[in-house]
Amino acid sequence: MNIVVCIKQVPDSDKVTIDRETNRLNRAGVPSIINPFDENALEMALQLKDAHGGKVTVISMGPPQAEEALRTALSLGADDAILISDRKFGGADTWATSYTISLAIKKLDEQPDLILFGKQAIDGDTAQVGPGVAHFCDIPMITYAKSCEVIDDGFKVQQVTDHGYNVWEVEKPAALTVVKEANELRMPNLRKKLAAKKAEIPCWGFDELNPDETKIGLNGSPTKVNKVFAPPVKLNKEILSGEPEDMVKELIFKLREKKVI
Amino acid sequence: MSTKKEIWVYAEQENGKLAGVVFELLSEGRKLAEKSGYTLCALLASADGKPMHQELFNYGAQKVYNVEDPKLDIYQNDYVAKVVDTLLKSEEPEIVLYGATTIGRSLAPTVAVMGWAGLTADCTELDFDTERNILLQTRPAFGGNIMATIICPDHRPQMSTVRSNVFKKEKVGESETGEVIDLSVDLSGVRERMKRVESVVEQVNTVDLKAADFIVSGGRGIGDPKNFDIIESLANTLGGAVGASRATVDAGWISHHHQVGQTGKTVCPLIYVACGISGAIQHLAGMQSADLIIAINKDPDAPIFDVADFGLVGDLHQVVPELNKQITALKS
Ligand SMILES: Cc1cc2nc3c(=O)[nH]c(=O)nc-3n(C[C@H](O)[C@H](O)[C@H](O)COP(=O)(O)OP(=O)(O)OC[C@H]3O[C@@H](n4cnc5c(N)ncnc54)[C@H](O)[C@@H]3O)c2cc1C
Ligand SMILES: Cc1cc2nc3c(=O)[nH]c(=O)nc-3n(C[C@H](O)[C@H](O)[C@H](O)COP(=O)(O)OP(=O)(O)OC[C@H]3O[C@@H](n4cnc5c(N)ncnc54)[C@H](O)[C@@H]3O)c2cc1C
Repeated sequence: MNIVVCIKQVPDSDKVTIDRETNRLNRAGVPSIINPFDENALEMALQLKDAHGGKVTVISMGPPQAEEALRTALSLGADDAILISDRKFGGADTWATSYTISLAIKKLDEQPDLILFGKQAIDGDTAQVGPGVAHFCDIPMITYAKSCEVIDDGFKVQQVTDHGYNVWEVEKPAALTVVKEANELRMPNLRKKLAAKKAEIPCWGFDELNPDETKIGLNGSPTKVNKVFAPPVKLNKEILSGEPEDMVKELIFKLREKKVI
Repeated sequence: MSTKKEIWVYAEQENGKLAGVVFELLSEGRKLAEKSGYTLCALLASADGKPMHQELFNYGAQKVYNVEDPKLDIYQNDYVAKVVDTLLKSEEPEIVLYGATTIGRSLAPTVAVMGWAGLTADCTELDFDTERNILLQTRPAFGGNIMATIICPDHRPQMSTVRSNVFKKEKVGESETGEVIDLSVDLSGVRERMKRVESVVEQVNTVDLKAADFIVSGGRGIGDPKNFDIIESLANTLGGAVGASRATVDAGWISHHHQVGQTGKTVCPLIYVACGISGAIQHLAGMQSADLIIAINKDPDAPIFDVADFGLVGDLHQVVPELNKQITALKS
């Protein structure tokens, strides 16, 4: 079974802050990590490979340093890695990103039976790339997958919903976005780690993917970031301190004044 | 671009029941319609739409685009995406809003790709720029650490998803009227590539955080799982529900059904009382749009005070019971 896992390298968003004066992101010194949900997607792929054999290919689109994320995935047990990188792909929104990643998947020698994504990326946070790629590849998509079992001609997938869960039977090839609760992550393997360091990772750019020029990068992106700013802070707030009884009295007085209680 | 001056709300439904977020989207859509002069419409794809039309009108839809097909009985992404894509191409609305539900989050990105349309995820604020005639879509990114306003200048429609409980629902009336436009979309060419074999609604024990007017939440600062008692009794006095930070859920002090935040529930009560919660950005992401926020924390520098309307600096083990006592006295 051939499985493709799409992984994104992201800044550890816990540590990204915004400069309230310049409205720029303070990214200096913020470590890059594999998007946490993509680790669960990779783990799901590796478990399926452990049980049924086959091959796991990881793909990442991003600047050259995204190679690091791919090497980490190789040290965890992925067999092949491909980097999609080109200045011309820069500034892509989810539409252009989905289009570009789908071209790379279609270019693979062996077409996948299953394509896995994280539930969402923790930087852009849109959860749109998985369904986008699936549509460009013309394969069925199930979001929020918690488990995936191989059946006759496809997969049986449990999907987390807003109120419980669904179980779907889907033909192959299929695409899933994977939630955190799907599995527990494994540790990198030392021997694989050494091999991963030396692995050749092909980089596919504009010439290799031969895209429709109007559909990539900033120009191919229907959405534009108009402005970025710090989350608002409340202005008329009142901070009370002192004896609990007095504070609470004052609070209740103010709440009654505002007619909320 | 010669599109129709219409704002569409995707009227998500299952088993003939509209999702709650649809009413919130219509209510917000009405404000956009007023500002832009566009017409507010609902797009309803179902097996039997009629019983749902009245509710859509009551929340402000002026037109309902109604598509009925037995294949639309349970949600199948391939079928519904085909319906929505076909209608967007024939009717050409300017703006389309979807709930950021499990369904909306598969449907909207699929339709966006089909039509080369822009899609902005999880908007917390929508506004119409009357000078440029475009939709201003504001959303958090980087786990809530930043806000971004996204626009879609050259592609139509402009599409957004919105999480539930971000906007307030406001009914227009009980017997509003509007126009129903029946359309059909041929689904015979869409192959069924997947089948739903089971659908389970889990009984979530009594906590309906999303509907609660009052929420009292406990964080790691309560110190011990048994101290959820004082949180619960204040919630009971107020007639509200108990919420929790992820730290307490991860520690096993309370079930994850109570968790508020980025990976928990988004809530929008009249009053949110945060007790012993530091105010991590991921927690704020779930409760920031409460009408009124009261924070109780012993650390005057806790970030929760940045979003609070009222902050009480002190030990929650004294302040919360005191608050309970005085409110009880007030109520009797
Ligand atoms: C502040 C800000 C706001 C933005 N808002 C929007 C918006 O509303 N709409 C929009 O269209 N774009 C938006 N973008 C652009 C968007 O973040 C990028 O297009 C990004 O490359 C992909 O989106 P995402 O990070 O949301 O990924 P998601 O769609 O959340 O990612 C889901 C999964 O897709 C896979 N994946 C995603 N990106 C890659 C990649 N580069 N390589 C390999 N696999 C990948 C991973 O498996 C990931 O788990 C925004 C960007 C910024 C900086
Ligand atoms: C990807 C991701 C998703 C996340 N999603 C969520 C989410 O959905 N929801 C969520 O809540 N968190 C989420 N988190 C975790 C979040 O970052 C914080 O770790 C968490 O919210 C902290 O919980 P807390 O405020 O209860 O604990 P702490 O941060 O430990 O704060 C405890 C507070 O209690 C105060 N305190 C202590 N004793 C007392 C006392 N006696 N009286 C009064 N005050 C006292 C302290 O001053 C402190 O401010 C997420 C994190 C990540 C990385």
